[in-house]
Amino acid sequence: MSKLHISTIINGEPEEFLCEPEETMLDVLRDRLSLTGSKEGCGSGDCGACSITVDGSLICSCLMLAAESEGKKIETIEGMSDGETLHPLQQKFLEEAALQCGICTPGMLVAAKALLDENPDPTETEVRFWLAGNLCRCTGYDKIVRAVLDTAQEIREIK
Amino acid sequence: MNDANNKWIGKRTIRPDGADKVTGQATFGADTTMPGMIWGKVLRSPHAHANIRSIDTSKAESLPGVKAVITSVDVTNYPLDKPVILGIQDMRWMTRNVMAREKALFHGHPVAAVAATSQKIADQACKLIEVDYEVLPWVVEIDDAIKSDAPILHEFIEFEGKPSNIAGTLEHKKGDVQTGFEEADVIVERSFTTRPVHQGYIEPHACLVSVSADGRTTIWSSSQGQFMVRAMTSMLTDIPQSSIRAIPAEIGGGFGGKTIVYLEPLATILSKKSGRPVKMVMSREEVMRASGPTSGSKSTVKMGIKKDGSIVAAQGTYYLQAGGLPGSPIRGAVGCAFAPYDIPNVHALGYDVVSNRSKVAAYRAPGAPIGAFAVECVIDEVSEAIGMDPLEVRLKNAAKEGTKAAHGPVYPRIGYYETVEAALSHPHREIPLGKLQGRGVASGFWFNAGGESSSQVNITEDGNVVVTTGHPDIGGSRASIANITAELLGIDYKRVSVLIGDTATIGYSNLTGGSRVLFASGMAVTDSTEKVIVSLKERAAKIWDIDPEAVDWEDGYARPAGANAGMFDPLSLEELAERATETGGPIGAGSQLNTAGAEGGFATHMCDVEVDVELGIVRIIRYTSFQDVGLAVHPSYVEGQMQGGAAQGIGWALNEEYIYDSEGKVDNPGFLDYRMPVCSDLPMLDTVMIEVPNPKHPQGVRGVGEVPLVPPLAAIRNAIYDALGIRFYGLPMSPPVVLEALEQREAAE
Ligand code: FES
Ligand code: FES
Repeated sequence: MSKLHISTIINGEPEEFLCEPEETMLDVLRDRLSLTGSKEGCGSGDCGACSITVDGSLICSCLMLAAESEGKKIETIEGMSDGETLHPLQQKFLEEAALQCGICTPGMLVAAKALLDENPDPTETEVRFWLAGNLCRCTGYDKIVRAVLDTAQEIREIK
Repeated sequence: MNDANNKWIGKRTIRPDGADKVTGQATFGADTTMPGMIWGKVLRSPHAHANIRSIDTSKAESLPGVKAVITSVDVTNYPLDKPVILGIQDMRWMTRNVMAREKALFHGHPVAAVAATSQKIADQACKLIEVDYEVLPWVVEIDDAIKSDAPILHEFIEFEGKPSNIAGTLEHKKGDVQTGFEEADVIVERSFTTRPVHQGYIEPHACLVSVSADGRTTIWSSSQGQFMVRAMTSMLTDIPQSSIRAIPAEIGGGFGGKTIVYLEPLATILSKKSGRPVKMVMSREEVMRASGPTSGSKSTVKMGIKKDGSIVAAQGTYYLQAGGLPGSPIRGAVGCAFAPYDIPNVHALGYDVVSNRSKVAAYRAPGAPIGAFAVECVIDEVSEAIGMDPLEVRLKNAAKEGTKAAHGPVYPRIGYYETVEAALSHPHREIPLGKLQGRGVASGFWFNAGGESSSQVNITEDGNVVVTTGHPDIGGSRASIANITAELLGIDYKRVSVLIGDTATIGYSNLTGGSRVLFASGMAVTDSTEKVIVSLKERAAKIWDIDPEAVDWEDGYARPAGANAGMFDPLSLEELAERATETGGPIGAGSQLNTAGAEGGFATHMCDVEVDVELGIVRIIRYTSFQDVGLAVHPSYVEGQMQGGAAQGIGWALNEEYIYDSEGKVDNPGFLDYRMPVCSDLPMLDTVMIEVPNPKHPQGVRGVGEVPLVPPLAAIRNAIYDALGIRFYGLPMSPPVVLEALEQREAAE
């Protein structure tokens, strides 16, 4: 079968690529577009390391066919900071040591940003349930949850 | 030492590798490519136990796009009759683990590997390989494996004069338990089981290997030790170590599971055969079927206590699953089990049992959680029997400086007693519990480790600092090394850059494991930095034309040591770097040490649970860890180790287990059914760091990473008893198990 030609917008830039019909969005991001910030922890939608947003909705890119991105707006971890200026979540993760090995971090950040975009004042329980699809084996989640809550508060105070 | 005057040690600095990790730029094992790269795949055994009569690879080889096919004949053989030890591994087992030789020993055992121009073709080629198996009876559980008529995995392994699945034993003795038990007022003897659990790192094993025409080999991989990767790959491929450059990728979790190789030797041989760089990445299913886990176990522990609370005798027998090849962590189980206590009479015995499961790999304090689980549960029961608070019993029997442990050493200054004291006086203990809620405590010990570490500290021409060490950074060790270096040099932390060298750029450094990294590399970096400071003083002396003894190093400046030394303006690191050529050349120093004096780590955990009796779900509602951390060079990452270990222990206690089907095949090889704790399962995990500095380390460091996984299993089990009045003797205490226990009790009432 011949390859599909897909036009999409990734992190604000128009992007075109060819892919096999069965290729996942994660495979295309990592193997064809060199956007390796999205990680594959399971390939089955159970770990969240591959989290991206598509037209603003949080999804596991390992569960999405690349061909489905035609005409859509994709955001990945690579688009989160503004040049050298880190997103407040990224900054807070560093300050509060919310990562150890860092493999879950891109997915956590993308998911946490999607939460704060939707709900700027989440409770601890809301953060915990929102991030329940993002596995972290290193931290026990404590510092991650605190970093998300502290960022939310900081953003609210600035606004 | 961690005094208030410290500028960097003990401070929560931002890790040097942090920005790359929050922006997605950090390169992990699977994140690199090379020009001309092709893909490797492993064909795995569909049987739990089978002789391999023959393998026909001809069809696979002729598939267009296939560049190389290998089987065990391509991997260096180590005959069964002679041990070849590398670190804690035996290469006889390693060669048979990376590729089945005479037999397939578990479902998922590699039997061949392919490299092809795409992943799809590599998959197709695997299907074209014809393996002629003679399927054998198999055995996965310990009780079945040690029966007299059990299928034997390895005829050459004998126990008590007969071929057996018991591959080894380990025994520790102190005093005489017989006499000890005679003195006891109460004796409790109980038997326990635990299930195998996986390390659960989120990053699957991955590597990229390029072998050039002259045999020069570059390995890019995610592991807990680039030098281990080099040595094992060399031994399994016959390429000399000097021709292999092993580059450590960022590592996405290991917890012990990445202290051995799986893919690197295969990718190396495939690359050599094909003349192309070969990338291999395991799927999650492959990780679950064929890497790790740690052992399942069965054990019996008997303890005798006097009415005054002194434990007079303790006996423990442990059987640990090794998987298909020998080598379960019995040393950790029998060595750590009773180590927190000063008990006059101890007997601990461990059996290493092979069965048709994947070969176990190290998992955080290997064996120790299994050892402690049984002991800490029995302590809860003997405490109840004499009517004494279980923390008071622990305090009364706590090992201290001068206590001789059953596993050999006489302890130097240790902080176990302090962890129990801290637990006793902590506000957590005063919080009232509601209905169906309970509180439990347990303690734990880990040996910690020293060993070989190398470091190089160089002053750049502009007066900044580059530190290179040889240990993959798995949880923030670069940040701690930067803290130490900045403190010693008296300069801003941001001026220190810390890198992890590859095997060609830094001297031999042992694994990141055993809670040894900051202990050992901290020593090596301190030694290097002190040499640099000596050199800086000599250079200032030269410039001032005074004796080097008359120069002090303080806050990043060379200064005359006093009025007698002369009146000179201080020289900064920048100035000395600028004048390096005229004062003797480049400024830098290396250090290659075999470190000793790691000394044990101790912790006590307190946990509150609430049981949902409708669903059988045990929820952790409050958790506090008390740990002697020696000295917290970077408190955030010490807390992180304590929290991460507790979370893993919660998973082990409540949900995680390997489930096998009727064909000896793992039935839950993914994160959906192998249920690790998720964010909504856990509360905040509180930590109390107790600093009893290790007298044998320049900063007082003790390993902190392993011991947090030791106490949780029993702490949770004891808390469930407090909530329900039901004592469990097996893990996991998962919803179906809890429901069944509740139903049984109801039926009995
Ligand atoms: S890789 Fe997509 S959810 Fe795990
Ligand atoms: S930091 Fe390692 S998995 Fe989250």
